[in-house]
Amino acid sequence: MKRTSLYGLHLSLGAKMVEFAGYEMPVQYPDGVLKEHLHTRAKAGLFDVSHMGQAFLSTTRTAQGSDAAHADISDAIETLLPGEIRKLKKGGMRYSVLLNAEGGVMDDLMVTRPPHDADQGSLFLVVNAACKDADFAHIGKSLAGRASLKIAADRSLLALQGPRAASVLNAIVPGCASQTFMTMAPYDWNGVPLIVSRCGYTGEDGFEVSVPDAKAEELARAMLAHPDVAPIGLGARDSLRLEAGLCLYGHDMDTTTSPVEGNIAFALGKRRREEANFPGAKRILAELANGPRRLRVGLKPEGRAPAREGTDIVDENGAKIGVVTSGGFGPTLNGPVAMGYVDFSHSKTGTAVQLMVRGKPLPASVVDMPVVPHTYYRG
Amino acid sequence: MTVKYTKDHEWVRLDGAVATIGVSTHAAEQLGDVVFVELPAVGKTFKKGDDMAVVESVKAASDVYAPISGEVVEINQAIVDDPAKVNADPQGAAWFVKLKPSNAAEANELMDEAAYMAFADSH
Repeated sequence: MKRTSLYGLHLSLGAKMVEFAGYEMPVQYPDGVLKEHLHTRAKAGLFDVSHMGQAFLSTTRTAQGSDAAHADISDAIETLLPGEIRKLKKGGMRYSVLLNAEGGVMDDLMVTRPPHDADQGSLFLVVNAACKDADFAHIGKSLAGRASLKIAADRSLLALQGPRAASVLNAIVPGCASQTFMTMAPYDWNGVPLIVSRCGYTGEDGFEVSVPDAKAEELARAMLAHPDVAPIGLGARDSLRLEAGLCLYGHDMDTTTSPVEGNIAFALGKRRREEANFPGAKRILAELANGPRRLRVGLKPEGRAPAREGTDIVDENGAKIGVVTSGGFGPTLNGPVAMGYVDFSHSKTGTAVQLMVRGKPLPASVVDMPVVPHTYYRG
Repeated sequence: MTVKYTKDHEWVRLDGAVATIGVSTHAAEQLGDVVFVELPAVGKTFKKGDDMAVVESVKAASDVYAPISGEVVEINQAIVDDPAKVNADPQGAAWFVKLKPSNAAEANELMDEAAYMAFADSH
């Protein structure tokens, strides 16, 4: 099993390690999932997300450092995803999805346009750990002859999330607190090249910091030295993103679900819809026009019992209308919360449904996501 | 009034005609913060090994099995109302149910404290 460069740090912090996407990762520290979750929402949590895939995609057709080079690399990656990359501002980043020919989601990812003129023509990509080998093979093969993919196998990724994240990180990396949500900037941290992105997977304000492996533990320890920062494991990462209504690939989306069904139609750029030139455009545009067969929705069980992944969703007559794809207990909500796919006819906010938990129908309703509001920093 | 344990980490304490049942300290530690408990109705009967109750942490749900056969004579509503009690005192105040055993001799097949401790260390 693989280990991240913070493996030793996790053990020294008393983490309980589990297998995740081929890596030995901390699922929780001695504080436990509940306290870690609440700490992140109250102060700041440090997550090791080094198992995720980082890569730089660069055009091989045009010399780096011009707007033409950016247009070139954008045109290349836009053949694989439905997002507006060409018009991204310098230093801007976008959430998008790699699509197969049927419009199914192969993975979700972050695509970042570097801020500096000299770097135009490259994009910084961050993809899911479980999909990274397949994603990078797909991108490399599909764009052969027009772009080269350099996998950043020597970089770690640390996420610092929560209302105190900006003040904590700004003391270590001066200037980052002025970055707005979904922007990236490179920094020199004592001679170490950092890539700091203001984004995350908790619904909170926060950052993801790409750092060379050799300096990752030093940076993590610098963050942990602040009394507001606690290490947070995958358990709380999951409950935080669930409350924030964010998809976990392989659970809430897979190769059979389209971005419209997945309720992430915001990731379909306006120009891209008009041009209709992304994989699976026919299906996806038809779903946009006519409504999808099914839709990912938020679900709020009425009682205290959590409804877990795989729970059937039925209508008032007991007929199956969908299935829970993520579900559990939301510590901030102090109650159960779930998301899942339901037939489009039952997807309207407020629709009463029943969740079949251990053979018993539990009343629940379709709710807007996120159930815990996002607190992103928009300047 | 000895306590016996199952391989599924339940404990049972026979006290005259009543068996008090709960989950072990080891199990409570492994579960993490308990956020939901579901208990059976009083009067329900179980055979040894039946699903009897459910205990859930933020991350996962676990079944609690009947360590011996019997009829439920009392449930601990306090842990339904405040599931965190299961972490605080799993082998004391946070008992789950009391059974009237139909065959108290079944308890003889379970592990004693020393055997369970050795088992739990390796599980």
